Amino acid sequence: MRDLNAALVQLKPKLGRVADNLDLIREQVERAIEQQADLAVLPELALTGYFLKDLVPEVALSLDSPELTTLRELSRRISIAVGFVEVTTDFQFYNSAAWFEAGELRHLHRKVYLPTYGLFDEQRYLGRGDRFRAFDTCFGRVGLLVCEDMWHLSAPYLLAMDGATTLVCLSSSPGRGVEQGQLGTAAAWRNLTTATARFLTCRVLYVNRVGYEDGVGFWGGSHAVAPSGEIVVSAPEFDASMTLARLNAADLRRERIASPLVRDESLCVTQLELERIHRERSR
Amino acid sequence: MSLLTINAPLARRILVGFLQDEIWKVGAKKAILGLSGGIDSALVCHLAAEALGPENVYAICMPYKSSNPESEAHARLVAEASGVHYNVIEITPMVDAYFEGFPDADPMRRGNKMARERMTILFDHSALQGALVLGTSNKTELLLGYGTLYGDMASALNPIGDLYKTQVWQLSEEVGVARPVIDKQPSADLWAGQTDEQELGFSYREVDQLLYRMVDQRATAEELQQAGFSADFINTVYGKVQNSHFKRRLPVIAKLSNRTIDRDFRYSRDWGK
Repeated sequence: MRDLNAALVQLKPKLGRVADNLDLIREQVERAIEQQADLAVLPELALTGYFLKDLVPEVALSLDSPELTTLRELSRRISIAVGFVEVTTDFQFYNSAAWFEAGELRHLHRKVYLPTYGLFDEQRYLGRGDRFRAFDTCFGRVGLLVCEDMWHLSAPYLLAMDGATTLVCLSSSPGRGVEQGQLGTAAAWRNLTTATARFLTCRVLYVNRVGYEDGVGFWGGSHAVAPSGEIVVSAPEFDASMTLARLNAADLRRERIASPLVRDESLCVTQLELERIHRERSR
Repeated sequence: MSLLTINAPLARRILVGFLQDEIWKVGAKKAILGLSGGIDSALVCHLAAEALGPENVYAICMPYKSSNPESEAHARLVAEASGVHYNVIEITPMVDAYFEGFPDADPMRRGNKMARERMTILFDHSALQGALVLGTSNKTELLLGYGTLYGDMASALNPIGDLYKTQVWQLSEEVGVARPVIDKQPSADLWAGQTDEQELGFSYREVDQLLYRMVDQRATAEELQQAGFSADFINTVYGKVQNSHFKRRLPVIAKLSNRTIDRDFRYSRDWGK
C-alpha cells in the first residue's frame, strides 16, 4: 500500500451554480496537484450547494455529463472524491459521491441515510442509495460515505468489514449549538470520526464545506484521523481552505498489529444475530 | 451558569461571517439599520461594523416627538463607538400628518404606524445607498410577537433573530456596546417611561428561561411546571407564541395550481448565490 497525501478541500459552493462550482473545484484540484497531493477530497454536493429543494432536477448530472467527464479526465493526474446530484437514465435523483482515479470512475456511492428532520429535508427531494461497498484504489481499499451515512454505525462497519482501511466522508454539516467551548456540531463530529477510526482501526478523512445558505453556516473544520483515533490535521472552522494530510501505510500497519479489532470481529455472530433480530421484528 | 449562556466569541464569529457572506454574495457591500438607542440595534450595529467595515454601515435614528431624548443620545453614542455613518430623521411630521385624519387612534395604532414609517425610511435609504436593511428583532420578541409586522420586523437579514434577549445582553458585552445602553431598561420608547417588561408583564430573563425550555428543549407543560414555572405563565407565553405565529410567516396564498409559492414551489432564498 502506498502512502497517501490527501488534500482536504474545504470550499464554498454557490447554491445551484454548477458551472461556477465546477470552475472552483478545478482550480482547487489544480492547486492540490501543484502541492503534490495524490488525492483531492471535496465536500458533499460540492458541485451544487446544499439546500437545493426544488432545484434538485435542475442541477442534477448524469455520470456521462460534460461536468463529470471533466473531473474524470482530471483524475489522470490526481484521485478525486466529489459530491454532486446524480440523475439516472430513469430519472431518479441521488445525493452521490464519485471517486475518480486514473481517468476512470472507480466508485459511485449514493447516500443511503438522507436526513429528514430538524433543518434537513433530503428525503423529500432525493432517492435513497441501497448499498455500502468498499473499493480498491491506489492507496488501498476505501469506503465512501456521505455525511449522515457516518452517523449510522452499520455504514462504516460494513465498509471496514468489506476491507476498507480508509473511510472518506464528504459532508455539508450546518453549524449549530453555541453553548459550549466548541461549536456543538463540530464537537459531535469529532467524537464520531475519532471513535469510528478507533473502533475500526481505519483512517478517516472528513471534509466539510463552508459558507452560508439562508442563514445556515457550514462550519468547515475538515480533518484527518489516524487509525489510533487521533486527529492528525485539521482545517480551520468557517474559512475556505485546503489542508494537506499525510497518511502513512506504516501507521496503519502498526495500529492493526496493536489493536487487531477488525481481525477478531465475528461476522458470523453479527450476521446470525441480525438475522434473528430481523426475523423477530418482522413477526 | 444559566441555560442560556452562550460562547460569545464563537457566536460573534458566526454572526460576523453570516453578514459578510450573505451581503457580499448578492453583490452588495453595505448595510443600513435603524438605531433606536436600545441594545438590540446597538449590537447589530457593532456586528455590522465589524463585518463590513464601519464606512459601509449606515445607521439612522428616527425619533418621534414623544421619544425619550436619552434614546437619541444613546444612538449617537453607539454610532460613534462603532464608527458607522449616522443620521437623524424625525418621523413626527409624517406620523402627525396622518393622524390628523384619525385623532382618536389608540397608542397601538400610533406605535405601529411609527414602526412602519421607520421601515419605509430604511428601505428608501436602502435604495439610496445600495445597502441591505438589517433586522434587529431578537428571538424573544419574535417568539412573543412583540414587534410590528412590516414595521420593525421587516428586513433583508437579521443577525440576532436566533438570540434570546438574555443572550443579546451577553453578546453585547462581548462586542463592547456602550455600558449605559446595556444597563438601561428595554423600551419600545413609544412614550416616556414605557418599558417592555412592564408592558409584557414579566421580565425578559424570566420569559427567556421559559422560552428556551419550551422551544429549544421542547419541554412538556408538566416538565415546565416541575421546573418552577406557574401554569398561568406557561399558558400566557404559549398563547403569545401561538397567536403571533402569523407574523413569522409569509401571507397565506390560496392554492389553485400544482405549484403554489412556498408550498410546492420551494427554493432557498439564496437560490443562485
